[in-house]
Amino acid sequence: MLDDAKLLAAAPQEAMPLSGEPPAILVEGLSKRYGEVVAVEDLGFTVGRRRTVALLGPNGAGKTTTMAMLLGLLAPTSGTIRILGELMPKGRHKVLPRMNFTSPYVDLPQRLTVLQNLKVYAELYAVPRPKERIAALAAALDLEGFLNRPFGRLSAGQKTRVLLAKALINEPELLLLDEPTASLDPDTADQIRGHLEAYQARTHATVLLASHNMGEVERLAHHVLMLKQGRLVDQGSPADLLARYGRDDLEEVFLDIARDRRRPDGRESA
Amino acid sequence: MSLAAGIEFGPSLRRIRAMLLRHLYLLLGSWPRLLDLVYWPTVQMILWGFITQFLVGRSSWVAQASGVFLSAVLLWDTLFRGQLGVSLCFLEELYARHLGHLFVSPLRPAELVLANFTVSFIRVLIGVGGASLLAVPIFHFSLIGALGWALIPFFAVMMLFGWAIGLIIAGLVLRLGLGAENLAWAAIFFIQPFSAVYYPIATLPEAVRWFAWMLPSAPVFEGMRAILVENRFDAGLFGYALLILALWLIAAAVVFILLFQSARRRGLLLQSGE
Repeated sequence: MLDDAKLLAAAPQEAMPLSGEPPAILVEGLSKRYGEVVAVEDLGFTVGRRRTVALLGPNGAGKTTTMAMLLGLLAPTSGTIRILGELMPKGRHKVLPRMNFTSPYVDLPQRLTVLQNLKVYAELYAVPRPKERIAALAAALDLEGFLNRPFGRLSAGQKTRVLLAKALINEPELLLLDEPTASLDPDTADQIRGHLEAYQARTHATVLLASHNMGEVERLAHHVLMLKQGRLVDQGSPADLLARYGRDDLEEVFLDIARDRRRPDGRESA
Repeated sequence: MSLAAGIEFGPSLRRIRAMLLRHLYLLLGSWPRLLDLVYWPTVQMILWGFITQFLVGRSSWVAQASGVFLSAVLLWDTLFRGQLGVSLCFLEELYARHLGHLFVSPLRPAELVLANFTVSFIRVLIGVGGASLLAVPIFHFSLIGALGWALIPFFAVMMLFGWAIGLIIAGLVLRLGLGAENLAWAAIFFIQPFSAVYYPIATLPEAVRWFAWMLPSAPVFEGMRAILVENRFDAGLFGYALLILALWLIAAAVVFILLFQSARRRGLLLQSGE
């Protein structure tokens, strides 16, 4: 029987930058425990600059917990995190202006209009020429028809686009997206993915994406980190994972890992 | 390169202004919210105005200082509304499931607190200021006329004490979630009997007077009565109120920081909401 740790070590790692600039995200020995409950255990990975990396795993695998620790919202039990070269959470105030985040689990004030919400965030991020920036985002994300409507009165698709506008307001170098297309119809989800691709192509930002949509991951991600029960169990490019598991789509790879059906060498689990 | 401005050290006025803007949009966009700010202080002022009118012919003490109840109720409302203003700012973020976005933005917790203090100050100016102005035509009572320049230090102590209590409640709400929501409305009434708002501290049973002296509000109300009844400003009493206030402010800051750190350890900043 092959050793899981050896297989993981043999899996292709995320490419390190050649320019000498620190990686966008560097995580070493990261753990989070709530008493007896282990949410994340000894996690280590690197996300190079200008890459889109997906964080995959079943519910409760530790994706949101990991993101929360990367953002400084949650204190790790142990381990180190460096974001854009800064040690977290100590250096969070140096890097937070250069990153942004969106999640379906976090909202904007419901009674404020879309425009008011974006104005507040443009001020919080000290965005130069906020009017022009908001106008550009409104045009790019098709928000113009409801800029003066309260956020709480928008449809799920409209809210997701507004949350993405908020996440892009400071044109972040590092964008953390937790399920950016959850509960959206295929058309709206496709538009959001198109916006993200265009943004990444234009700005060369680094994107860390947590998603349950395997089609989305195949389309957007250069590299995939597979989590299970708080541990990193495999990683590689979507093409590499498909080849190693002998599958045609990432959903099958996901199920192989989630259900222990098949090992990374393509053999069936005992 | 992101569009955000360079790294700053210390509080940023722009970020404080952003949070102020967030609450002013909410407040000015809703006339029921504005009305609510003035409604309760005005109702209290009218109630105590009529009580004063009733008692003034029956009590020589009230006749001697007819503004004693109206001054007391308006100063008490400064404390209550000051505390409520701070607590409600935090509750608004919890109701909106918004804290996660705020705490991953460059906004620092101290800036959020300063912005909430400013919002609280504006709410008190509208609410208590409005009720004080209405007292002039209704009862021919002017708070400034009654207390003179001493109104400013009394107002400041009550406001700062309200902020200290509001900060402790905000920390509890961050740590315990909306289950602690009722504290925002009810907690301050625990100290009201010991604050000696409408009667001297000597009226309290001797066994609990020590507690009254642990509150900066009690010496302020004693000082207020010294002005209205004896026509003198008791500097010693006011100095004592400042000392106790300083201790409360330090304790509130420490409690808030500890509760905030605990909330961050437990992942409550992201999961906040109903």
